[in-house]
Amino acid sequence: MFPSVTLLAGLLVLGLPFGLPGQASLRPALAVGCVFFWSIYRPASLPAALTALIGLVLDLLEYTPPGLWAVLLLGLEWLTVALRRQLVPMKFRVIWAVFAGFALGAMALAWAGQSLLCARLLPVWPSALAAGAAIALYPALAAGLIRAHRGPAAVEQG
Amino acid sequence: MIRLSIPLRQALSKLTFPVMLTLSLGVVLVGRADQSFDSHLHTGFDDLMAPVYALADPPVQALASSTSAVGHLFMLSSENAALRAENARLAQWQAVALALEAQNNALKAALNYTPANPPAAVTGEVVADTGGVYSRSVLVLVPTPASTAPSLVGAVAMDGRGVAGRVIEAGARAARVLLITDINSRIPVALGASGAPALMAGTNGDDPKLLYWSPGNPPNEGDVVLTSAQGGAFPPGLPVGVVHYDSQNNPVVLPFADLPALRLLRLFTYPETLPELTPIPHVAPAARHAPTALQAHHRRH
Repeated sequence: MFPSVTLLAGLLVLGLPFGLPGQASLRPALAVGCVFFWSIYRPASLPAALTALIGLVLDLLEYTPPGLWAVLLLGLEWLTVALRRQLVPMKFRVIWAVFAGFALGAMALAWAGQSLLCARLLPVWPSALAAGAAIALYPALAAGLIRAHRGPAAVEQG
Repeated sequence: MIRLSIPLRQALSKLTFPVMLTLSLGVVLVGRADQSFDSHLHTGFDDLMAPVYALADPPVQALASSTSAVGHLFMLSSENAALRAENARLAQWQAVALALEAQNNALKAALNYTPANPPAAVTGEVVADTGGVYSRSVLVLVPTPASTAPSLVGAVAMDGRGVAGRVIEAGARAARVLLITDINSRIPVALGASGAPALMAGTNGDDPKLLYWSPGNPPNEGDVVLTSAQGGAFPPGLPVGVVHYDSQNNPVVLPFADLPALRLLRLFTYPETLPELTPIPHVAPAARHAPTALQAHHRRH
């Protein structure tokens, strides 16, 4: 439960009006980073139903068409779980590079999906910013999550 | 909990993924086909989250004010000087405003002007900045139960300085305000003293752009932008911002409202039938330099 609860709490906290620049792009960045991390190291802790729920909450918070991020996060989870046997023994830099590719792909699909569902071409830069935020923040996020992975979210208690 | 055999559990866990994916795709399609499903989902979620956000709001505000309090200590003298200068300027403005008010009253009396019905207003606290990558909207707590009052949908949201947006969804506890910077926001406006019509379109950036101004009469730098009653969506004459030409030489509007840091919003519900009026010129010939002062003030923020 730990991964989904902390991720949901993180998404809601990022909705508070802190007035940070680019605060809106941090939410998809956090969701993509967390789903990627837990799918590699603890796929059982993030069942598909919870991922879909997190995606739906993200959609409602982000005001994207409902279900879009649910589909994208499920897709990301499926792809990561499929590759996790190759990813787990790799160095962090390689995993980060793979994550960068996935984050870019997810944001590009989010942009394409929203453009399609709104039936107009949306500007690319907000999605590019979100992808940049996801990639730049992933090392810090992973450092925090690894600590949680070993500590409070350890398998015995989870 | 029901105990299942291991192969069955494995089969089920393999099934949940495609089932969830199908469900999510279904939600996307249903939301696309039925807009009311979308808006019900959003309103329900906002109503659910409003109390949570309201609980979390005081610590955030305390944090924001305490951190800025330390900063203020270091800037007290410079801030005092700036405030004195602003006060002197405002005192001049007060004289101008009083003279204009007297003139306005005299002109209204001469025209047998009947004032329009005053709008009903509620004031709400902005509890969440729920805009996304492609949307700019905020969640406002509505203090009174909305059952007796008319629906807030369509109400004009203003902060202390100018128009911030419109209410697009309203539930029992919270209303969602689409900000004027949102990419879906299109507001008919009137420019400058002549009230030349144009359309203000949000870009998701800080400053909305101006579209469809008459080619022979381009917007002037520093012109005050007011709402226009064209289309009947807005009452005329509400302050929106000032015209500015950006680095690409495209006219944009610098909003008066402090959109990145909204705290309180007043939601005005106007009567259904608005009189079609031409916007009242707000720039007196005596105060021609005024918009630049306003603009300089805006830029400092």
